[in-house]
Amino acid sequence: MRVSMDIELKDVPGQMLLALQPLSEFKANLITVLHHHQKRTPRKTVPVQLVLEIKPENIGAIKAKLEENGIKVVRVGEHRFRESINVVLIGHVVHTGIQDTIDEIDKTGFAEVVDISLSMPGINLLSSALIRIDAVGKEDLQKALDILKKVSVKKDLLMVLPIDIHA
Amino acid sequence: MKTVRCSILGFGAIGQGVAEVLLMKKEYLESIGLEVLVVAVVDSKGATVNPEGVDLADCLARKRTGGTVAIDKLTGVEVIRSVDHELVIETTPTNIVTGGAGLQNMIAAFETGKDVITSNKGPLTLKYRELMEAAKAAGSNFRFEATVGGSMPIINLANEVLAGNKLRSIKGILNGTCNYILTRMLEERASYKDILAESMELGIAETDPTYDVEGIDTACKLVILANSIFGLDATYRDVEVTGITKITPEALEMAYERGHVIKLIGEVSRERIHVAPRLVPINHPLAVKGTLNVASIDTELAGEITVTGKGAGPIETASAVLSDLVAIYGNR
Repeated sequence: MRVSMDIELKDVPGQMLLALQPLSEFKANLITVLHHHQKRTPRKTVPVQLVLEIKPENIGAIKAKLEENGIKVVRVGEHRFRESINVVLIGHVVHTGIQDTIDEIDKTGFAEVVDISLSMPGINLLSSALIRIDAVGKEDLQKALDILKKVSVKKDLLMVLPIDIHA
Repeated sequence: MKTVRCSILGFGAIGQGVAEVLLMKKEYLESIGLEVLVVAVVDSKGATVNPEGVDLADCLARKRTGGTVAIDKLTGVEVIRSVDHELVIETTPTNIVTGGAGLQNMIAAFETGKDVITSNKGPLTLKYRELMEAAKAAGSNFRFEATVGGSMPIINLANEVLAGNKLRSIKGILNGTCNYILTRMLEERASYKDILAESMELGIAETDPTYDVEGIDTACKLVILANSIFGLDATYRDVEVTGITKITPEALEMAYERGHVIKLIGEVSRERIHVAPRLVPINHPLAVKGTLNVASIDTELAGEITVTGKGAGPIETASAVLSDLVAIYGNR
């Protein structure tokens, strides 16, 4: 199964290795690692979000082993986001407020912009962005796309959707 | 031997392609018991008429050297009304605003009880139901495989070969010019404007490329599919259309890095008719390159059926006309 795990690392060298070693030992498949180095906790630790593919029966053992290594496991849960989609936006993507476009999706709670590539070839030329949106389920993804569509119309952006999505 | 007397109305690239294919396939047609006798060829300046059969090679030569086949000052409609024949091959240029000469020719053909085979999208986009009713009332055959996808079989495939299957949707690339432009923009990392200019130089895009690049041509073809395959009564106004003029080389490149190409995709189902640029996975059956056309039919029993082929070109389009001709007269 796919689980997300929030852990905290001490801000000293070698901590990531201590975190990854138990995962390897229990043959967990590491899908993503988000290392929030700027977001120190009040405890001066560094929060790290992991998404793993593991056998459910190994969760307890991995957790115990991490804590044995001095790593705090804050939360373990089933991975929320099951759907993912790439969307291309073309137009004055930046000048019309890219942050605002992302916020519209992120504030839903059921979908998030998780990646963005941006190209601005020059002033007065159209910019292009490729964004990846993750969502809890198929319906949520559709809702997120509906929001993005409204934003795109308002900002005169061309939205290019994958062929298998109901446009 | 059965003799089919026909006229070719419109002697541009497609009409000439039909003439060439009829010359090329004379022996084949005779082998299935058909003698196709062209009794009139008409272009915008006039007509060559001979009830015993015009000399097609001579018509082609005169068109290529003198620009016209005109000997008699006759229009298509006048030929239909005054010359005895059974089949009108209608290949005049598409006009989606009024239907153009093609619409008048088709109406006159049905009024005089003639069969019609056409490559002309305009009349079918504007007046599909009226034309079908006129053909039915006259007991005429009316076939138009060449209007969608050029040589690529789609209408006859869906309606005849896949008969009995309920069809859910058809999606694909129905405009070779747009496919060429998007393919080349990615290959050359060049702007839309630059590749459009190259396409015009090569004769792939027309001097006024609006119909193609704004998605209008694709929309017209979808209307024909919606009406002839899904039994709708749709017109161009029922189609949501977005073209390719805003696509940037950067967008194509970013999509490619994530395993996708951008293609102008037309999609038709009972619920919706829609044209827009879409992200297509590189290994997807619809991700064909260059000027190729492609269509995937989603069927109830057979699953997805995909066909691809050359969407334009005189000989390729004439191949669809020939298949319609054989379908009407071959097994009688």
